[in-house]
Amino acid sequence: MAKQIEVTDVDAYYSGHKAIEGISMTIDARAVTAFIGPSGCGKSTFLRTLNRMHEVIPGATVTGKIRMEEQDLYGADVDPVSVRRTIGMVFQRPNPFPTMSIYDNVAAGLRLNHRYSKSELDGIVEESLKGANLWNEVKDRLPKPGSGLSGGQQQRLCIARAIAVRPQVLLMDEPCSALDPISTLAIEDLIAKLKQEFTIVIVTHNMQQAARVSDKTAFFNLAAQGQPGKLIEMDDTTKIFTSPSQKATEDYITGRFG
Amino acid sequence: MSAVTPEIQRISGMRRFKDKGVQALVYLAFAIAVVPLISVLWMVISNGMARFDMEFLTHSMRNIGARDAGGGAYHAIIGTLEQVALASLISVPIGLLTAVYLVEYGTNGRLKRAISFFVDIMTGVPSVVAGLFVLAFWILILGMPFSGWAGAMALSILMLPTVVRAAEEMLMLVPNDLREASYALGVSKWRTIVKVVLPTAFTGIVTGIMLAVARVAGETAPLLLTVFFTDSINNDPFNGAQMGLPLYVFDQAARPNDTAIDRAWAAALTLIIIIMLLNLAARLITYWRSPARKR
Ligand SMILES: Nc1ncnc2c1ncn2[C@@H]1O[C@H](COP(=O)(O)OP(=O)(O)OP(=O)(O)O)[C@@H](O)[C@H]1O
Ligand SMILES: [Mg+2]
Repeated sequence: MAKQIEVTDVDAYYSGHKAIEGISMTIDARAVTAFIGPSGCGKSTFLRTLNRMHEVIPGATVTGKIRMEEQDLYGADVDPVSVRRTIGMVFQRPNPFPTMSIYDNVAAGLRLNHRYSKSELDGIVEESLKGANLWNEVKDRLPKPGSGLSGGQQQRLCIARAIAVRPQVLLMDEPCSALDPISTLAIEDLIAKLKQEFTIVIVTHNMQQAARVSDKTAFFNLAAQGQPGKLIEMDDTTKIFTSPSQKATEDYITGRFG
Repeated sequence: MSAVTPEIQRISGMRRFKDKGVQALVYLAFAIAVVPLISVLWMVISNGMARFDMEFLTHSMRNIGARDAGGGAYHAIIGTLEQVALASLISVPIGLLTAVYLVEYGTNGRLKRAISFFVDIMTGVPSVVAGLFVLAFWILILGMPFSGWAGAMALSILMLPTVVRAAEEMLMLVPNDLREASYALGVSKWRTIVKVVLPTAFTGIVTGIMLAVARVAGETAPLLLTVFFTDSINNDPFNGAQMGLPLYVFDQAARPNDTAIDRAWAAALTLIIIIMLLNLAARLITYWRSPARKR
């Protein structure tokens, strides 16, 4: 049930300070879209506007339109909580709930929202952990605390937790930045697998990773420090990495700046 | 290039000397801080043991003449337990909800600053004033009788700011990442607070509450004005004068006979033991709830 997202002219502010400006794009369903760009250009900010996590920060506001299929995500009668349930998110730093076991971490999103029977939960937890390539490593210690896992395992636990609620879109903000190459590969494989079912957006600083995992790539940049970040161009990943239409994109990709 | 190449050096004798000197000072400071604590404990235990027996724990002072030996503090123990329990029942929910409001909801409001300000003022209220307030408002104006409940109200005034501040500190220590992780799963704010934030802060909040309990359990002045005195057992905290352990100590210690002085020491020992047991119970609860133990 992956869904396409249509973004029109989005600005985002932090207590009056404009962090991103005039962003419009289409995020395809059942595909991986990568966001690249220098630090501070607003990739995370934009990502968080997509599931209404931006407004959680005191003083933060968003203008513009974001539609998922026929639904206006910022419509006056839309419950942001339900938007977040449909559009899941994995953060840069793994953040499992410290008071919960591995099992409870994965079940958290389900349990906190509805009542499920034990057998239903068992099934979803196992399926999600398998989906996140973590099942074999943790199946014997599900009742142990989630904070006892390695960093890479914790990140995959967070992915399992995010996919357990069956979102339609999965946003990932630099999910591999704290991980070793092997865990990174595991997560990239996972992304390739998840894209059958979900619409995936990934922020990354790793050009090779963007080239490897994504179908579309969006390049963000800011004119100068203190200026709002903008979308420079967005195209098929192969096109962006071989013959980008903007000079800035080429400079960034070839490592001339950023 | 004339850069100074840093060398790997031996620790100089001077640094070693300073290190040892400061270490000695720290130990000394610790010893000085511990001396009063140990000496108080020692005094209470050695003087209190004489009368700390079953009779003391199970009898009241009813029909015990001014110079008689015997008697006990059962009525005071009951009173203290009931008054402190009631005070906690009032101040823990209010204090916890206030802290939740301050940390989770009152992000940019004037209300938050106003509440913070009044909590600070309440922290500075001397305990007699809390007792006087209840005396004036509840007993003199509303015409209610002296009772354990009135004492509990006075104690709760003293407990409330401690609970608010302790819970606030602990809630602020909960990393924002966890709240965001929960929101991102489509969990509402209130459920996030109940299911993620409060459990994460649980251990610290319990410790804070225990400190608040320990603080008010030894208060004498507000009880003096609100629960009055009695030598008999009164199990009903809502009706009639009660006793409390601090009051009992105050009362017995002011009498001229050795029998009474012994009872005062024993009551002080009882109070300390009750607070220690409560702390132990809290420890057990937090240990039992800690994630490391669940396996
Ligand atoms: N909570 C916040 N409050 C105020 N300003 C913020 C906040 N978070 C980010 N910003 C500002 O918004 C701008 C964009 O930040 P953002 O985190 O979106 O950048 P980014 O592209 O994700 O960078 P990075 O690659 O380093 O993660 C920056 O100028 C940053 O200082
Ligand atoms: Mg970022």
